[in-house]
Amino acid sequence: MSPSATNQAVIRLHDVYRTYEMGGQVLNALDGVSLTIKRNEYVAIVGSSGSGKSTLMNILGCLDRATKGRYLLNGTDVGDMNEGELAKARNRQIGFVFQSFNLLGRASALKNVMQPLVYRGIPLAERKRIASEALEHVGLGDRMDHLPNQLSGGQRQRVAISRALVGRPAILLADEPTGNLDSKTSQEIMGLIDQLHNDGQTIIMVTHEADIAKHCERIIRLEDGKVASDERQTKAGHI
Amino acid sequence: MNTIFESFRSAFESIRAHGFRSLLTSLGIIIGVTSVIAVVSIVQGLSYTINAQFAGLGGNSLTVRSHTPFKQQLRGKLAKLNDNDMQAISRQIDGISHITPILFTQTGRQGAISYRSQTAFSRVIGIGPSYLQVNGVYPQEGRFFTRDDNSRRRLVCAVGADVIDNLEIPKPAIGEFFMLGDEWCKIVGVIERRGEILGFSQDDYVLLPYGTARRIMGTTRDLDIQIQLLVDDMNRLEEVKSRIRRVLRKEHKLKAGQADDFRVQTAEQLTESFNAVLNTITAVSAGIVGISLLVGGIGIMNIMLVSVTERTREIGILKALGATRQDILLQFLIEALTLSMIGGLVGIAIGYGLGALVASLLPGFPSAFVPLWAIFLSFGFCAAVGIIFGILPAAKASQLDPIDALRYE
Repeated sequence: MSPSATNQAVIRLHDVYRTYEMGGQVLNALDGVSLTIKRNEYVAIVGSSGSGKSTLMNILGCLDRATKGRYLLNGTDVGDMNEGELAKARNRQIGFVFQSFNLLGRASALKNVMQPLVYRGIPLAERKRIASEALEHVGLGDRMDHLPNQLSGGQRQRVAISRALVGRPAILLADEPTGNLDSKTSQEIMGLIDQLHNDGQTIIMVTHEADIAKHCERIIRLEDGKVASDERQTKAGHI
Repeated sequence: MNTIFESFRSAFESIRAHGFRSLLTSLGIIIGVTSVIAVVSIVQGLSYTINAQFAGLGGNSLTVRSHTPFKQQLRGKLAKLNDNDMQAISRQIDGISHITPILFTQTGRQGAISYRSQTAFSRVIGIGPSYLQVNGVYPQEGRFFTRDDNSRRRLVCAVGADVIDNLEIPKPAIGEFFMLGDEWCKIVGVIERRGEILGFSQDDYVLLPYGTARRIMGTTRDLDIQIQLLVDDMNRLEEVKSRIRRVLRKEHKLKAGQADDFRVQTAEQLTESFNAVLNTITAVSAGIVGISLLVGGIGIMNIMLVSVTERTREIGILKALGATRQDILLQFLIEALTLSMIGGLVGIAIGYGLGALVASLLPGFPSAFVPLWAIFLSFGFCAAVGIIFGILPAAKASQLDPIDALRYE
């Protein structure tokens, strides 16, 4: 990535609507959202439940498509993509971290981290090498052969983070990453995510905890499917 | 290529993770393939042995026997072949190198044989001197009949090896006398052993000179004989066959439009009729197996559908990580395929074992033999079943919406 690209918009949403029809009633989960997120931004999306933050998350993660409006991901219009291209975008541009970890239960930590690379056609030995480096990076070099149920919550989320980042995606999308963790482990995980931000990773996080949102540089508040506020703040949680 | 390999790996993992369930799932396939391989191995073993036995009967031999249509049988009119028919054939047709009458004794008194206190029953067959050449059997000990034996109707015989054993005649048996019906009969030769087919001995018979056989069976009776002959030139087989037909029709004074009251068969036809029976058995069992594979396939489909539902969340995760619909489709299809192919492999192994076991338990049964085509066919059939019945669950998995799948508890 050239230095001039640093200021480029990774995500550009223009007047995005997501409409559900339920029993004849039309519900606008997203009601004309426009926003731009640049490279290496550290963004929290907050809002009460039903405010549309999960819908926004799904659209940003290419799991869902806008009913109306444009979504440019790294300059490419997601609205024009077919099913296969969306999968490819998820594989290359997005790294997901979920509240409930969502690790593959039957696969070891290493195999979990290797999985996204399968869809890129990277040969087995290479996959192993890249994945073990990624696990070592989050401090789990000695836990690679453990199954998820042999790991603690914090360790599982570390595996999930390393799986999300193993393919060097443009964006890390974290959905309540500390929601299932105790406060001490939450701090550790947030420390890790802060560290990733310092290393240059673009991070978008959905959360309803003010403590967690404080880690971010920018807080976007959603209400009834609209952007209610979009504020920058000086970072509170330094390591 | 990479994803196909990965799919196989993941299929094996998933099958191992649910070992018992996978076993039950593929049980239908296992049973189906086991039965087809067992039946085929036994039938093919049989057919192999029988063909080998008939091979003794040369390819250029012809057998003529009387044939009474069923309607005639009901009226009690039995067609017969007699000495005159044989004379006519041997006189009027050239190109025949050897010809022999064969006279099977009727069941009953004539078959009883005894030696000292031992009594047994055996097939007693009257034959001409050319029998050896036509059937390719030779005495192991002693000699065969001379023309003199035949014309003087001497009570001499050549016996199969089992007759010696059954009557407990001390060896060497040459020169010993035993009772054949009411007559003393001298053993002049012992014919080499041929073994068993289907547990029936091929060595339990008494060969008599044709003249002698006629004498002890009573000349008053109108006997029905078979005629066996060897043709000089293999290429003239059909020609000789049709000439025999013409001669015999004339002899029997058959009018045009009347059916033959005899049959002329080549050695090949004898084997063919036997093989036709075996092929029918194979076809019927294949049909049954087809049904059981179908049932097995439905079992696989059922479990795969359950598995897709169980793994909805996993499918959602994989989609979030970038799996395309084709990736997911392939993964579940290959899992169904692997399941059915493992079933097929296990079935082939058990089926072969079963066939070999049956063959070894039944005395005199030929050893089991699984032809390669049967293995490839069952394997291919399993693969087809796996794919056909795997498509629906795999398609269901691939069509899942990633958001719903991720939310699935």
